[in-house]
Amino acid sequence: MTASALAAEPKRPEPLKSGIDFSGAEVRALQQDDFSSPAMLWITRGEKLWNEPAGKSEKSCAGCHQDARASMKGVSAKYPKVDPGTARLTNIEGRINQCRERNQQTAPLRYESDELLALTAYVGMQSRGVPVNVVIDPQNQRNFRRGADIFYTRMGQMNLACTHCHDRNFGRKLLNDTISQGHGNPYPVYRLEWQTMGSLHRRLRACFFGVRAELPPAGSQDLLDLELFLAWRSQGLIVETPGVRK
Amino acid sequence: MPMKHWASVIAMVAVALAGCVAPGGGPPYQMSGGEIRQPLANGVPDAERGRKVLVSREANCILCHAVPETGERFYGNLAPPLSGVGKRSSAAQMRARIVDPQAFNAESIMPAYYRVEGLHRVAEPLRGKPVLTAEQIEDVIAYLQTLQ
Ligand code: HEC
Ligand code: HEC
Repeated sequence: MTASALAAEPKRPEPLKSGIDFSGAEVRALQQDDFSSPAMLWITRGEKLWNEPAGKSEKSCAGCHQDARASMKGVSAKYPKVDPGTARLTNIEGRINQCRERNQQTAPLRYESDELLALTAYVGMQSRGVPVNVVIDPQNQRNFRRGADIFYTRMGQMNLACTHCHDRNFGRKLLNDTISQGHGNPYPVYRLEWQTMGSLHRRLRACFFGVRAELPPAGSQDLLDLELFLAWRSQGLIVETPGVRK
Repeated sequence: MPMKHWASVIAMVAVALAGCVAPGGGPPYQMSGGEIRQPLANGVPDAERGRKVLVSREANCILCHAVPETGERFYGNLAPPLSGVGKRSSAAQMRARIVDPQAFNAESIMPAYYRVEGLHRVAEPLRGKPVLTAEQIEDVIAYLQTLQ
């Protein structure tokens, strides 16, 4: 009964445009200037955490990966990625927590905690300017299809799919928000409305909330699969982490 | 399994034959020729209450439609402005539009304000409930009729 079968092959929006192109002048200025961007506070914190020994191993991230500016360049552009050990789709947040548990032998960081946002933003920033680069292959094909299926299926009491806003209506106004194409390339972002940094999954939950749908938890399979689909869909854009949004 | 299957098929056929649906225990409605002629509720509709519903967070018509007559500050532009809609459209036509826009245009982005079937992943507290009550929809229609 629910129209969940994909009506057509997944498509990228045309012309492909980054979310920052739909933002106001104030937001654009903040994102483009590291000296005034509030997101840089999390970058500073992330750099500190990167170099701080943690857990039973008493090792820092730098202890294994050395200088992030070299070792992490281009890494986040390839995420989310199937982890060869667990065969599960993992995003940067998940990968950081895997390192904490396995390599540093300490507790994972809570999703949306300042520490995890800081490390995610710091790792992400090392790919700033690098083209988004996920490859759909037999290992992640099922995740890709599931992500696409969520994207194109109407949901919630408002009965809207992601595609209705982000493919068919980008550039138009939803009340006083200009709708973008819904790309993940600037995340995590400092959002003025939140007055803090937020993950992509937090933003996606806001869209689920908007259509009055059940909210998938941050880090859930639904959101990871969507994240992969969004990354594929934004291929052709560059990573802009850490972004700023209204 | 087969028993349950047949029960649901019979229920669906019954609904199709009657052309008559009752959402979430609310009053039933009958749509034909792009109209619902019978008001959904019995009370006297009130245009001023309807204006408040139209701009409320619940209905949020102005997310998509400009309705400058309401005096609000912001409007979306995903949909045609509703100024003058009272001239273009009868109450019966508006009622059908608001109850189930996908009945006219399967691709419509307008939410169905009174339909509860065929929805997916609805937030638990809202499941089985229409967005607006029968009375609220009649009030909204009374307001839209004033937009001449
Ligand atoms: C009713 C309209 C609507 C629907 C449906 C919707 N969104 Fe959004 N979305 C918005 C608005 C408005 C924003 C904030 C402005 C912007 O950046 O586009 C937004 C923002 C986003 C962003 C952040 C973009 C950026 O550059 O910061 C992403 C990613 C996104 N949406 C993905 C999705 C996905 C995936 C779905 C479905 C699960 C979805 N949206 C459903 C309206 C919608
Ligand atoms: C998410 C977007 C959206 C929302 C919210 C929305 N509409 Fe619509 N509406 C549309 C679109 C798009 C159309 C154009 C026809 C179509 O595509 O269905 C439309 C058409 C209409 C029409 C016919 C207009 C005409 O000129 O004949 C009426 C009446 C109407 N809407 C009333 C409402 C009311 C009342 C509400 C709130 C209770 C509402 N709409 C909420 C998107 C929306």
